[in-house]
Amino acid sequence: MTADAPIPLDADRATQLAAEFGLKPEEYDRVLGILGRVPSLTELGLFSVMWSEHCSYKSSRVWLRELPTRAPWVIQGPGENAGVIDIGEGLAAVFKMESHNHPSFIEPYQGAATGVGGILRDVFTMGARPIANLNALRFGDPAVPRMQRIIDGVVRGIGGYGNCVGVPTVGGEVNFHPAFDGNPLVNAMTVGIARSDRIFTAAATGTGNPVVYVGSKTGRDGIHGATMASAEFSADSEEKRPTVQIGDPFAEKLLIEACLELMATDAIVAIQDMGAAGLTSSSVEMAGKGGMGIDLVLDAVPQRETGMTAYEMMLSESQERMLMILKPGREAAAEAIFTKWELDFAVIGRLTDTGRIVIRHRGAVEADIPLAPLESEAPLYRRPTAETPKQPVIDAAAVPDPLGITAALERLVACPDLCSRRWIWDQYDSMVGGQTARRPGAADAAVVRIEDHRRALAMTTDCTPRYCQADPEEGGRQAVAEAWRNLTAVGARPLAITDNMNFGNPEKPEIMGQFAAAVRGMASACLALDFPVVSGNVSLYNETEGRAILPTPAIGGVGVLEDVVQAVGLALPAGCDLVLVGETHGWLGQSLWLREVAGREEGAPPPVDLAAERRNGDFVRTRILAGEVRACHDCADGGLLVTVAEMAMAGGIGATLAAPPPGIPPHAWWFGEDQSRYVLALPDAAPLLAAARAAGVPALRLGRSGGGALVLPPGESISVGALSAAHEATLPALMMGD
Amino acid sequence: MKVRVTVMPKAGVLDPQGKAIGQALGSLGFAGVGEVRAGKVIELELAETDPASAQAAAEEMARRLLANTVIESFRVEVLAP
Amino acid sequence: MKAGIVVFPGTNRERDMALALARVTGRRPDMLWHRDADLPPGLDLVVLAGGFSYGDYLRCGAMAARSPIMRAVRTHAARGGHVLGVCNGFQILCEAGMLPGALLRNASLRFLSMDCHMRVERADTPFTHRFQRGAVFRATMAHGDGNYFADAATLDRLEGEGLVALRYTTPDGQATEAANRNGAARGIAGILSPSLRVLGLMPHPENQVDPEIDGTDGLPLFESLAGSFAAAA
Repeated sequence: MTADAPIPLDADRATQLAAEFGLKPEEYDRVLGILGRVPSLTELGLFSVMWSEHCSYKSSRVWLRELPTRAPWVIQGPGENAGVIDIGEGLAAVFKMESHNHPSFIEPYQGAATGVGGILRDVFTMGARPIANLNALRFGDPAVPRMQRIIDGVVRGIGGYGNCVGVPTVGGEVNFHPAFDGNPLVNAMTVGIARSDRIFTAAATGTGNPVVYVGSKTGRDGIHGATMASAEFSADSEEKRPTVQIGDPFAEKLLIEACLELMATDAIVAIQDMGAAGLTSSSVEMAGKGGMGIDLVLDAVPQRETGMTAYEMMLSESQERMLMILKPGREAAAEAIFTKWELDFAVIGRLTDTGRIVIRHRGAVEADIPLAPLESEAPLYRRPTAETPKQPVIDAAAVPDPLGITAALERLVACPDLCSRRWIWDQYDSMVGGQTARRPGAADAAVVRIEDHRRALAMTTDCTPRYCQADPEEGGRQAVAEAWRNLTAVGARPLAITDNMNFGNPEKPEIMGQFAAAVRGMASACLALDFPVVSGNVSLYNETEGRAILPTPAIGGVGVLEDVVQAVGLALPAGCDLVLVGETHGWLGQSLWLREVAGREEGAPPPVDLAAERRNGDFVRTRILAGEVRACHDCADGGLLVTVAEMAMAGGIGATLAAPPPGIPPHAWWFGEDQSRYVLALPDAAPLLAAARAAGVPALRLGRSGGGALVLPPGESISVGALSAAHEATLPALMMGD
Repeated sequence: MKVRVTVMPKAGVLDPQGKAIGQALGSLGFAGVGEVRAGKVIELELAETDPASAQAAAEEMARRLLANTVIESFRVEVLAP
Repeated sequence: MKAGIVVFPGTNRERDMALALARVTGRRPDMLWHRDADLPPGLDLVVLAGGFSYGDYLRCGAMAARSPIMRAVRTHAARGGHVLGVCNGFQILCEAGMLPGALLRNASLRFLSMDCHMRVERADTPFTHRFQRGAVFRATMAHGDGNYFADAATLDRLEGEGLVALRYTTPDGQATEAANRNGAARGIAGILSPSLRVLGLMPHPENQVDPEIDGTDGLPLFESLAGSFAAAA
């Protein structure tokens, strides 16, 4: 019954299983070379998950290296559980965004909920108390009942988890497009706060130090479905094993409190959450990063089910679990904390100096693998790329206006991509914590004050997938620029981003080409705006029946305000001049007006001039911080008039607007999506216009706020109430019975 | 010994969940569905071997924790050991 | 005023509540652990804060209501001590039998996170004397189970004895159906014990105490409490 070396699988069976587990023949050959023999079942499982796209980034890594990751304020860039930046006063912001796309399609509630749980763990693992959640969602056609059920489940799942753990969900974005019918995207972001000298990382050190498992028990959740078909893996063949992970936000809340309590002591050497590939990736990465070896005895793993095998325990994706390396002799003190919070605590192994991972179960060695090649010889692909063909620039003068300005505005503010998201955010607790100074819908970025401090973080998520589809490089650049712009529009200094790269099948050159181009565009914006990438996640193979999603490099941006009272929102006050900052050419290509009003989804997307972006943004921020600006909103989807309408609806105040300048067709002026623009409201435009002239920033007086309608020359007008009614009606009507 | 406790909203207590299920059934085309009530079932594994004692123990548990008798009623069944 | 906040596993608005209490008293309240059988001596006020105690897995507040510290909280109330239960705390007070009725799922079956407005039905209590009677104030609500239920006789008794403290209304004080988002019986947002020393309410006035965050509509409730004990001392 016992063995001191792993029992290899039958060679033919191993070859067949390797393919079922997703290892390519040449990858499996490399496994044989590393081990010098045929692997055991558990070993094969370890290799397949560590070398999966998800864990190894084997298709994306060569491109991601092009992204700028450094700045004087970056404490920890990509490669850890989350990125860390210095935000002053001895504080650090810890944040990351991560996808849970496929699980959310299979089981929307649990998929989204466990997505939130996973990203929270990535952040508090580093020693940070989570202070905000955001999300970036992409759905298919919302008029289709099946998609409505997915939307409903995802929203309930995000709320169900975040509300229970008591971390406010303060922001996010949603787009709808039929390209997401078979592959909705659920990207969740968490931002936490830690002391900058108290950051915890995963690199394990200290031969003999205990390896400790804490949190919930391990069950057979989430083990790869393909392996379940094979009856021989389980002597007791029970009902079909669950492959959907179930979230337990209550356990997560206890885990947050217990971990933070332990982190306040000096007992922890290293810590990592058990996310994808659970115990396997956490133990391999911790020992590997520290250049150590690790011995695990799985009999000690807290188990929820009976008769679990080593293979099942190593691959289980049960939620709400963490792995820690403690200093010697601290086990009892640590255990007392976890017992107090009614969580499991078990010493399941020791660090060694062998450089190998050795897994024992029921007296037998189930796996014995050298760690370095498991990590360093992981496959790395520079897959072939094909450039996305450039689309023609659309000449606005050649596009007739079929509808008129106010009718188009009313249609646009009600279309799914622009309608009110209130139905969604009304299900998310955005206030818990008592520090949310700008909640969803109130400003371009969420603003959350840091407890016991004046300063506040501004946070946003952004991407415009239709731009990325038309021109992935411009789209990647625009996504980063828009995140920077949204932070700027509340008065924050943008500091860094996390990225969540959602693409189709990377084995297709056109998809890999989208990826490479998007990274190129993002990198250019990160450099020009001093806005480095500190963490990220890649989700590939988002395809159904050969149809890929729109490329979606979702950007999560974080900025800082030195004093929370400096923040401005977007609600228009009465009695203010409206000023447009930035240049307007009337760019209709890929605009929502072109799609929703002219029925055309085409053209080159608006380019981002990074020098103008920086100049305009720095100017706007300076004016906000000088206290002159009463409201600010960036021009994004829908263009200038939609921007003004959103400000008007938020404030319940109308405005009288000046006529478009000659030379630009009115519909292109009002609905073109030229970049790097802001609308500001302030009592008197004159000093700001003078300052703009001096700074070489294009700015003009757009009109004045007041009354209850938007009034456009030559005498068209629409009431703000009517706009709001149309804006608010869409989602509740689609989501049936609400 | 296995015991099943069924907890139901009391008659007269609003049951929005049951109401929603009823509406959904109607919209799926199931005709003739009257009032729908949604409750919960809790199964307990008890060390007790005497059915009467198991019944009594489970009823006490239901009164003290498993059901809120302000809004819920309960029923205890002793299942085959 | 010496205040303590009970922390159950899953409580998550204890920090918000602590900030609100500290704002009116100048000192952070004690955090009390659910497994303790005794309260610290000399407490004026025990607060059961919002959250999802024990995950709200059986029923909201059910398991917390049966935890060791609740015996001490009951004794505290019986001796004339003050108790404030907000959201999950209100649910716990009902489950513990310290207030009548129960909180059912919201009529919409959805979690509701939004502003609501409440009318002060009694301004002569330790919790509300800094409001004018009939005043309307805004507060955050954030709950899945806030639909107050009691049988008709109990509701009549509450109304008759003046124990309905707060009612959902429009911003101008009209108790309409639309203003009662969770479907609560007779639009009840908060109720008092006959002694007027135990208050349970669903919305979160502790989130409206800071002009830099979201206004100070909720502050008079905490000022009332602080004032009650300053006067007594």
